[in-house]
Amino acid sequence: MTDDTIGGRGVNAPDVVRRDLSTEALLTVRDLRVEFGKKGQRPTTAVDEVTFEIRRGEHLGIVGESGSGKSVTSLAIMGLLPATGVRVSGQIMFDGEDLLAASEKRMRDVRGRDIAMIFQDPMTSLNPVVTIGTQISEVIRGHRDMGKAEANERAVELLRKVAMPDPGRRMKEYPHQLSGGMRQRVLIAIALANEPQLLIADEPTTALDVTIQAQILEILKQVVADTGTALIMITHDLGVVAGLCDSVHVMYQGRVVESAQRRPLFAEPRHPYTGGLLASVPRLDSPRGQPLKPIPGSPTDVLPWTQGCAFTPRCANRIDTCTEKTPALKIEGQRALRCFNPLTLSSAGGATP
Amino acid sequence: MTMAPPLMSPSDPMLGVDPEHGTSLWRGAWRRLRRNPVAILGALLVLAFVLIAVFASALAPYAANSREWASEVTLTSVPGPREGNLLGIDRYGSDLYSQLLYGARQSLIIGVVSTLLGLVVGAMLGILAGGLGAKVDMVVMRIVDILLSIPSLLLAVSIVAVLGQNRYAVMIAIASAQVPVFARLLRGTMLSQARSDYVLAATSLGLRRRTIVMGHVLPNSLGPTIVQATLNLSTAVIEVAALSFLGLGESDPAVAEWGRMLVAAQDRFASSPQLALWPGLAIAVSALGFTLLGEALREALDPKGRR
Repeated sequence: MTDDTIGGRGVNAPDVVRRDLSTEALLTVRDLRVEFGKKGQRPTTAVDEVTFEIRRGEHLGIVGESGSGKSVTSLAIMGLLPATGVRVSGQIMFDGEDLLAASEKRMRDVRGRDIAMIFQDPMTSLNPVVTIGTQISEVIRGHRDMGKAEANERAVELLRKVAMPDPGRRMKEYPHQLSGGMRQRVLIAIALANEPQLLIADEPTTALDVTIQAQILEILKQVVADTGTALIMITHDLGVVAGLCDSVHVMYQGRVVESAQRRPLFAEPRHPYTGGLLASVPRLDSPRGQPLKPIPGSPTDVLPWTQGCAFTPRCANRIDTCTEKTPALKIEGQRALRCFNPLTLSSAGGATP
Repeated sequence: MTMAPPLMSPSDPMLGVDPEHGTSLWRGAWRRLRRNPVAILGALLVLAFVLIAVFASALAPYAANSREWASEVTLTSVPGPREGNLLGIDRYGSDLYSQLLYGARQSLIIGVVSTLLGLVVGAMLGILAGGLGAKVDMVVMRIVDILLSIPSLLLAVSIVAVLGQNRYAVMIAIASAQVPVFARLLRGTMLSQARSDYVLAATSLGLRRRTIVMGHVLPNSLGPTIVQATLNLSTAVIEVAALSFLGLGESDPAVAEWGRMLVAAQDRFASSPQLALWPGLAIAVSALGFTLLGEALREALDPKGRR
């Protein structure tokens, strides 16, 4: 069995595990907490106790459903959360520098040069009245001392790298003249324009056709492999993670509930939420006509983390302790888990990655 | 660095042949404008009025304000159309057709200059307010609010009173009444554009605020302002008339002006409606020309509206 069975996306990843990863952490996020709220109101905690690190060249997946705090985490790393009404605490160390303490001017240098981001919706993430070529070259010239002609040459080169057909012609075109998949290629080209050390991809395939999704993932995988860029892949799609990521963090309601290397996580999910996610993915090796197993309830059935485990109302494994105190993230060997009554191997119904 | 193999061949049928490929924004807009019959009609109307304004003295059969037929104008009747006088005689005894042609000069020049002035100043304030953050926005918009709190006619009257009665004072007066409209409109559009995804994306790429505001937000925000400017051209023509009515317009009574012709026609409306009809029609048609052209321009410039 190969990766293809998970999510049925057909994303091959024979080289994912064999890549050499340096041991030095490129980005370390420690106890990240993001609260939203106006003055005088009780703040809402969107992200709490998020801790992870990513090494150079590593591919890390952050998985969770809508509202689990994965996008907020990425915006916090980029320093793109609004200045008012948001409180960010904790530590985000990038290459030895605390980004949360950095000035706005310093962050502008970091953005687009050291850390770049690809957004979910390629239809709205490009400026409709500016040509593709200008949008790529202005990012190059914004961070480097480079002439217009040279920047344009580099832009064409970048478009060629993301397998854009007829890149020279595309330079003079406007976003509305391109399809969704091609626009996402442009966004990938822009993100990679200055060869960042870290690329954050926030659901880069969600707004695309299923057939185009696989193409875009393939391109993304190739370009980050070519440049040795570290990748944070934010997604709700386990198929994407299976084909791309070295390690995975599963988030639920703003907290990490389980993190592990990809293989052990898929083979033996311990948190009931992870188990539920894996069980709800259609599999090629399951008997015909077998219904999918959804996770009961909806993401709105939650218990505040301060009162217990947020997943309790939807959890099949719940015990009394779950509503009595907050589970802590416990590290057991290679895995971190936030659960009082985790799944055992037999009940997990894991998948082989 | 190895290159990714192309996953889609350049001859992919999905890509098709795009007739607009490789054209710049303005060239594309120009091409679409030329194909739009509404734009052509608007442009012809505007062109006609501009030509009339420029060549009025060559086109008009009689001199301005000649009063050749003053003796034929009585309290109850004004001669109508007849041989030699295409549209008849105005109430002061000059050829109505000639007066209309001369009037184009005043109305259009004052209208265009005052609108451009209002647009430039208003746009600068709008860019400051919409592009430089909350504090500048606060200050600029309060100034605009003060301008807006004074009734536009009162503001215009005060400005003419201060600057003296001449055509430049009228232009500045009408422009200052338009400044807050443009400033608010552009600021509003820019603020809403600033929340869009491509601005967040541009910010995430480390572009300077100046680049984002001038290169991304502003070009996407100009459409409504351009349309507003064409609409304001027609109201400016009417405001010129309003100021004339109050005796604050062009000080030289020998200069023909549509608004003043309309005012003069008021007390003869029952017996000689043609005196009001022709200047009124001239104002309406010139305003229509600007509006049609502006609407077509907006459509042509709007990338979302392209077929």
